[in-house]
Amino acid sequence: MFTDADLDAIWLTLRLATTVTVLLLLIGTPIAWWLARTRSWLKGPIGALVALPLVLPPTVLGFYLLIAMGPNGWIGQLTQEMGIGLLPFTFWGLVIASVFYSLPFVVQPIQNAMEALGERPLEVAATLRAGPWDTFFNVVLPLSKPGFITAAILGFAHTVGEFGVVLMIGGNIPQETRVVSVQIYDYVEAMEYGQAHVLAGLMVAFSFVVLLGVYGFQRRGTSVWGSR
Amino acid sequence: MSQTIASDSCIHAQFSLTRQAKGREDFVLSVAAKLPSQGVTAIFGQSGSGKTTLLRCIAGLETAPQGYLSVQGDVWQDDRRTLPTYQRPIGYVFQESSLFEHLTAQANIDFALKRSEQRPNAAEYQQIIDLMGIEHVLQRYPAQLSGGERQRVAIARALLIKPRLLLMDEPLASLDSARKQEILPYLAKLRSSLDIPILYVSHSVDEIAQLADHVLVLEQGKVVAQGDISDIFARTDLAQLSGFDMGVVWHGHLQERNEAWHLARIKAPGGSLWVRDGGDAIGAAIRTRILARDVSIALSAGEDSSILNRLPVTISQITPDKDPAMLLLRLISGRDCILARLTKRSVEQLHLYEGLQAWAQIKSVAIMR
Repeated sequence: MFTDADLDAIWLTLRLATTVTVLLLLIGTPIAWWLARTRSWLKGPIGALVALPLVLPPTVLGFYLLIAMGPNGWIGQLTQEMGIGLLPFTFWGLVIASVFYSLPFVVQPIQNAMEALGERPLEVAATLRAGPWDTFFNVVLPLSKPGFITAAILGFAHTVGEFGVVLMIGGNIPQETRVVSVQIYDYVEAMEYGQAHVLAGLMVAFSFVVLLGVYGFQRRGTSVWGSR
Repeated sequence: MSQTIASDSCIHAQFSLTRQAKGREDFVLSVAAKLPSQGVTAIFGQSGSGKTTLLRCIAGLETAPQGYLSVQGDVWQDDRRTLPTYQRPIGYVFQESSLFEHLTAQANIDFALKRSEQRPNAAEYQQIIDLMGIEHVLQRYPAQLSGGERQRVAIARALLIKPRLLLMDEPLASLDSARKQEILPYLAKLRSSLDIPILYVSHSVDEIAQLADHVLVLEQGKVVAQGDISDIFARTDLAQLSGFDMGVVWHGHLQERNEAWHLARIKAPGGSLWVRDGGDAIGAAIRTRILARDVSIALSAGEDSSILNRLPVTISQITPDKDPAMLLLRLISGRDCILARLTKRSVEQLHLYEGLQAWAQIKSVAIMR
């Protein structure tokens, strides 16, 4: 049913989405915590910046990233000096682009969960001798678990579903940047609708299952704890 | 010399706090108080009087700039530094459930024990678990506990880290009256069996009458009265405070019991009172409360009355009540005093005046353990 090229594309997509999700959880958590807690005037601008990929056409984001990562861009200069070379049309170029592209899908659920905690658990922790870091790791993170699960699922799924940014940054290199969505595009270009159907159907099924999981999880919501 | 030691074993708190509240007058807490660091000190006041804010300042959850706080000689806040909450050796019980939802009751307690410098030994641990009666709920999550159980676990969690000061912010306020009755005895036992100073914030005169040794009365952010519970509850000027159900608190002990009548006689400095026998041991310390509205005055001993408790008294003071139809009388009985709330009409008709010898007829006496 799947050709070798299809399997390569599927494997690459999963590898990309997993890498991006892990990175996003690491990067998104401090951003979400800062956004949830700060009273600085910067909260608005930073929040808007994080949310930009929600409204921007992926091609716009991809265009700017392509320039930044190019030989004369600041990321490009940096990577050249570090001896990594240039990132466009590489797997890691895709990873960086995807991190920007999927950032709001990870930051916002975590931020919402952290805001919903309120002051109280933090104050309780302080009266029980827990310092700020201790409180963050042992109270805030576990209590925000539902937000993290939603964030991870959405971040992963959104990265699997990207197309515009990949085309701008990564092009169409087998085993390096040709993800499932690009592979489908290739099939359609080549009029191979049968193969396109197989992959497109897979994507529909995957997306539906993911959303079903998210909504099912959110519905259980508060009863996550204590339901052993 | 003894003064210095006594002073050092106290809590000195000085806070002044202004807060911008939308559409409302700026809220100000302006307190300079010396509180005893033993027994139960109640911080009493109506909502908005600043009592919770004062407690939060003492815990360090709220910071009043230029405040000063020392506890038993250790400075927790002064001009130079403010100790963060997590470095203060306190226990804090919040108004509503404060258990971590992701941990079982046992894990909530372990969370506290793991971080505490002071740990109870096995016997002390068991004593507190038994005192709060939570052994059987320890493996459950907070969501599976009743409001009363949650609060008892929270109290145990605060006690088990052996705080030098236990702060309780209306620990019963979020509970219905049945649950209150469930927890009050535990708190009373706490007072008598553990030697931890407690600051207890409440707007409930009943709770304070039952638990407190010392009372600090706050109104609009300022201290309006402070003192021993018997003294504070005997003050007629506090009758003006809304929500203050006037009545004196007497400390006595059970002198004898009459099995046939099911009555017990309590001897207090103010005189003897017969109450319903609650089964306490002879000699047990008993705290009683006599509400001003339950006291009437007779000019003779009135042997023909059904009232059980009649005490010879001297009227020492007659003051206006907040109700224009009523007067508040302060009566000296033995070495204690009683407050009586009478209509102006009765005072007029009986020709009562300050200095008159009369009989106080006490309709009911509340027992507090």
